[in-house]
Amino acid sequence: MARILHIEDLRVHFPINIGTVRAVEGANLTIEEGEVMGLVGESGCGKSTLGLSILRLLRPPGRIVEGKILYHGEDIVRMGAKEILALRGGRIAMIFQDPLTSLNPLFSIKEHFIETLRTHEKRIETKEALARAERMLSSLGISPERLHEYPHQMSGGMRQRIMIGLGLILNPDLLIADEPTTALDVIVEAQFLDLLDDLRKRFNLSIMLITHNLGNVAQLADRISVMYCGTIVEVGPAQTIFDEPLHPYTQGLLASIPNIKLDEPELKLMRGSLPDLVSPPSGCVFHPRCPRAMDVCSEEWPKTAAVNGHQVNCWLYR
Amino acid sequence: MREELVTVRNLKKHFPLEKGFFDRLLVREHRFVKAVDNVSFSIMKGEVLGLVGESGSGKTTTGRLILGLLPATGGEVLYRGRSVISYSKKDMEELRERMQIIFQDPYASLSPRMSIGKAIGHPLAIHHLADAKTSKEICLSIMEKVGLSPAPFLYRKYPHQLSGGQRQRVVIARALVTNPDFVIADEPIAMADVSVRAMILELMMKLKREFDLTYLFITHDLATCKYICDRIAIMYLGKIVEIGPLKEVFSRPVHPYTETLLDAVPVPDPRFRRTHPMPKGEIPSAFNPPPGCNFHPRCYIAETRCRNLEPGLEKVGEDHYVSCMVRGSWGSRD
Ligand SMILES: Nc1ncnc2c1ncn2[C@@H]1O[C@H](COP(=O)(O)OP(=O)(O)O)[C@@H](O)[C@H]1O
Ligand SMILES: Nc1ncnc2c1ncn2[C@@H]1O[C@H](COP(=O)(O)OP(=O)(O)O)[C@@H](O)[C@H]1O
Ligand code: SF4
Ligand SMILES: [Mg+2]
Ligand SMILES: [Mg+2]
Repeated sequence: MARILHIEDLRVHFPINIGTVRAVEGANLTIEEGEVMGLVGESGCGKSTLGLSILRLLRPPGRIVEGKILYHGEDIVRMGAKEILALRGGRIAMIFQDPLTSLNPLFSIKEHFIETLRTHEKRIETKEALARAERMLSSLGISPERLHEYPHQMSGGMRQRIMIGLGLILNPDLLIADEPTTALDVIVEAQFLDLLDDLRKRFNLSIMLITHNLGNVAQLADRISVMYCGTIVEVGPAQTIFDEPLHPYTQGLLASIPNIKLDEPELKLMRGSLPDLVSPPSGCVFHPRCPRAMDVCSEEWPKTAAVNGHQVNCWLYR
Repeated sequence: MREELVTVRNLKKHFPLEKGFFDRLLVREHRFVKAVDNVSFSIMKGEVLGLVGESGSGKTTTGRLILGLLPATGGEVLYRGRSVISYSKKDMEELRERMQIIFQDPYASLSPRMSIGKAIGHPLAIHHLADAKTSKEICLSIMEKVGLSPAPFLYRKYPHQLSGGQRQRVVIARALVTNPDFVIADEPIAMADVSVRAMILELMMKLKREFDLTYLFITHDLATCKYICDRIAIMYLGKIVEIGPLKEVFSRPVHPYTETLLDAVPVPDPRFRRTHPMPKGEIPSAFNPPPGCNFHPRCYIAETRCRNLEPGLEKVGEDHYVSCMVRGSWGSRD
């Protein structure tokens, strides 16, 4: 398998008046061709910042201060504006939690498709653009008549399908989906996950599924990266992340989420909360909340260890 | 026999639909959103009843009707067997102290300009239940009980100076300060992060034991119900479609909508991946609900009669009721 994305030691900072928010601090992540990589962690841990960095969509004052983002071996961090534009929507698509913020209320769905196609294929005829939009909708199970509707006339689930259609119309090979189902009701959410699963096969997509919902990644992901405080603390195949989590944070996170299929009567509580990313803890960033912390944990950052097919950053496994 | 603490009978709330300018000229009759449509259930003292459904199904409206925060279009609410309609003004005020609500978004339900202590003591002040000194003592003691400590320090803080989890504790403390016996929790953990969710659930259960509380737990998340509810009621387009003991509904769902909902719950374990696709379709708009059984357009076992006749709740097991013609006793359930 070829590697479609390789993020290496990425650091992304937001300088603000009280200091610097270290939103991403030494993150490593890879996505192989055709795989679904689940990126999970509590809100505020840096997931969106990491996703936005890939398309260089960071809001000011956000800045990539160090690291590489290799897409098919080419470093996105060092690309010029023109190359970045070609990447966005063209090779890499991105969808967000709230499709309304990405859709223009004054434009019909039809106009959105034409506009998207024109930014990459300037001379495309309207007729040709419409034909392609119709084909895209029908492959998403949406009636072509809906091309004439406006975003506010649609349900949240339908809008999210339209966003996927706009994302895929230019045939990208990587989709970054940032909490795509968080605003949807549970049945619509499950339908949307079905759709993603179907599309990955038909369009030969690799997907980075960013979510705080571990149930969603369990349904779809091949591998899972667990993020905490701006860094990836554990990576492994989906099944073994759930069966044999190694990092104390992964263990705590899994024990604290409801599982309708299990018989255990109580959830286990994870003590403490996500620290301030302006002044993160020394050593292992998880040490103030870790039930197994040792002296060394507050002194030095544990290097990545390969254990049981996982990569884990924790002094328990050196 | 356990006491029925709160009972609702044939409760209805129909909101008149906002009409556009031309509609007002052209259409004479009012159209209505049937947000709550003939809902009946009771909550036993000391139990937790889960009210579950997708957004727009009428859960919040049901909660507000029970508390008298909205006038009902029809039906009645009974507290300890007595209809609230017959209450005098003074009885009503007392009832307001007995029943409280915790809202979904702690940020929106706290005034940014009111200190934490003031906010928690507010219900005591509006009900004239305590002088300033006693009020402060009561607040500090409740704050310790909900884990807002050190209480004297946090008492003077403002909502923006607290974490999300702490704000939700403030909202819980405020609901408990009048010493209620019935609390409606309207999606209390929907906005919270995973670790905060588990903490709030645990806190709610602890407070239930300490204060001898009865809960109506409103949620769209079935998995959470497992940790807190004794019984659950499934709501769809303003109606209860299934109600019964949690374990029984989970292991033996009867209504096809309950089946679909349970099936859709994301399970945090790849071993339980759903292998068959979800049925298509979304919840229709509540102002123009389908005739007959309002679930029929999405139902995989619907028959012709489902399009014309409206089912009502029927007993299908011990304490277990379902509103479905095919699966109920009219049908040929094995
Ligand atoms: N534009 C910004 N300015 C300042 N801080 C920001 C900005 N965007 C994000 N952050 C901070 O970066 C951290 C990571 O945020 P984010 O990437 O959105 O996390 P997640 O997606 O995991 O919830 C948070 O502490 C957040 O407050
Ligand atoms: N004040 C109101 N005016 C008009 N319609 C309302 C009002 N409140 C709720 N509704 C409608 O009633 C239905 C049920 O809403 P709600 O009780 O909030 O559902 P839930 O809490 O299950 O999401 C929805 O269709 C909603 O749009
Ligand atoms: S390095 Fe130490 S503090 Fe960090 S997770 Fe491992 S044991 Fe806990
Ligand atoms: Mg995010
Ligand atoms: Mg609601």
